[in-house]
Amino acid sequence: MRRLILLLLITPLGAFAQEDLLGELEKGAKEEVEYAYATFKGTRLGNGHTIETKNAGSLEFIFQHRFGAVSGGAYELFGLDQADVRLGLDYGITDNLSVSISRNSVDKTMDGYFKYKALRQSSGAKNFPVTITALAGMAYKLSPQDFEEGSGLENVDRLSYTGQLLIARKFTTNFSFQLMPTFIHKNLVEYNEVNDQFALGFGGRIKLTKSVAITGEYYHNFNLPDNDLVEDPFYKRYNSLTFGIDIETGGHVFQLLMTNAIGLTERAFITETRDDFFAGDIHLGFNVTRTFQLKKNK
Amino acid sequence: MIIFRKLLLLFFLFISIHSYSQQRFFAEKAIASFFSDGVVEDISATNEKVTSIFDAVSGEVAYLMNIKDFQFPNKLMQVHFNEKYMESEKYPKSSFQGKISGFNLTSSGKQEVKATGKLTIHGVTQNIDVPGTVEVNGNRLTVKSKFVVKLLDYNIKVPQIVWQNIAQQVEVNIDFVYRPL
Repeated sequence: MRRLILLLLITPLGAFAQEDLLGELEKGAKEEVEYAYATFKGTRLGNGHTIETKNAGSLEFIFQHRFGAVSGGAYELFGLDQADVRLGLDYGITDNLSVSISRNSVDKTMDGYFKYKALRQSSGAKNFPVTITALAGMAYKLSPQDFEEGSGLENVDRLSYTGQLLIARKFTTNFSFQLMPTFIHKNLVEYNEVNDQFALGFGGRIKLTKSVAITGEYYHNFNLPDNDLVEDPFYKRYNSLTFGIDIETGGHVFQLLMTNAIGLTERAFITETRDDFFAGDIHLGFNVTRTFQLKKNK
Repeated sequence: MIIFRKLLLLFFLFISIHSYSQQRFFAEKAIASFFSDGVVEDISATNEKVTSIFDAVSGEVAYLMNIKDFQFPNKLMQVHFNEKYMESEKYPKSSFQGKISGFNLTSSGKQEVKATGKLTIHGVTQNIDVPGTVEVNGNRLTVKSKFVVKLLDYNIKVPQIVWQNIAQQVEVNIDFVYRPL
């Protein structure tokens, strides 16, 4: 009985004493699911993809350039005399599902893909360590044309397919790391290649300032042919390695790159890179993206 | 003696219930929004998940919000807002703690009031003094306020590289409806 009285005595005092309303609000705050955001600046890490997809209703125009090899020397203006181009459009159907079409001048390739962000890295009320995005793409080579000598290509011969998982973790605000297990099937291959090729890519970014980051990307193809068995550089194959600087300004992302690959579809840079980064066959390049918000969020 | 004890118990019971029921108000709808005139684009965002308590007797008031809960019409802007300007991984919350003066719970209609206290944004706390209105509607209280926040006061830096001319100040709108706790 005494205790009860004492308790009741204290209670109203307590109510008056709780002057720190903010402290109460903080105590009452429910733990929420905190999703990681902006793991990467753009949808491309270097040549390949990042886990990032476009938001619903936004359209990204991507303009990519790969110059000739720096090893071409002054005569080739260190590669700047030549350039291969990829023009693409990425559109966010939902926040997690993107679709894209593009055209790359290497092998005059048309490509398209679906990209789906399946799981998101989160902390707080729900913990999940990584973001996982799945990519399914198809590419069609227009070159060589049917009437060209020695072509004899059927339509199906021009097709290749890519299936890829992108797994990334934003470790800190400034450091993100990504793994990219990749499967590529080419309907038609050179005599020293196999149709089904597996690769594991990894890469990441380190943010230097709020708008500038450095990136790296490497794809290791487990089914590359043996370069010692061929003389002709056309049949030699190397793994693609890329270093870059990302600069973001408003709706633009500029990526300045150094890479040994020139093709910009997965088939081209993972299975058909003919230049050796370590022999100095490095290409300068850039990706420029501009995002347009076509539909406003409600 | 037993009767006295029982009376005493009743007395304290009454006090404790009374003190809880009369003074505390909790926001059932609390919206904070801001707007800024940009040269290229206007920027606006709304946060509908603000929490707030108002003590009608002492005039004490506090609110708390997650920066990430601000919704923008343009999602890319929302990402940039969190990543570049507010650094919301480092400073996830914004809060206000202070006092509303010039307010009378018993008079009806719109009352011009003043709020003074500490506003925390981006990890920086500033003393502010802003005007507002309180309207008593049955047992509901509507509190509204509109004030200007200068980005520099809260150490919010707009990266130089941004070519869009982002305004150096934003207009904040507070619209809270409280019910008794």
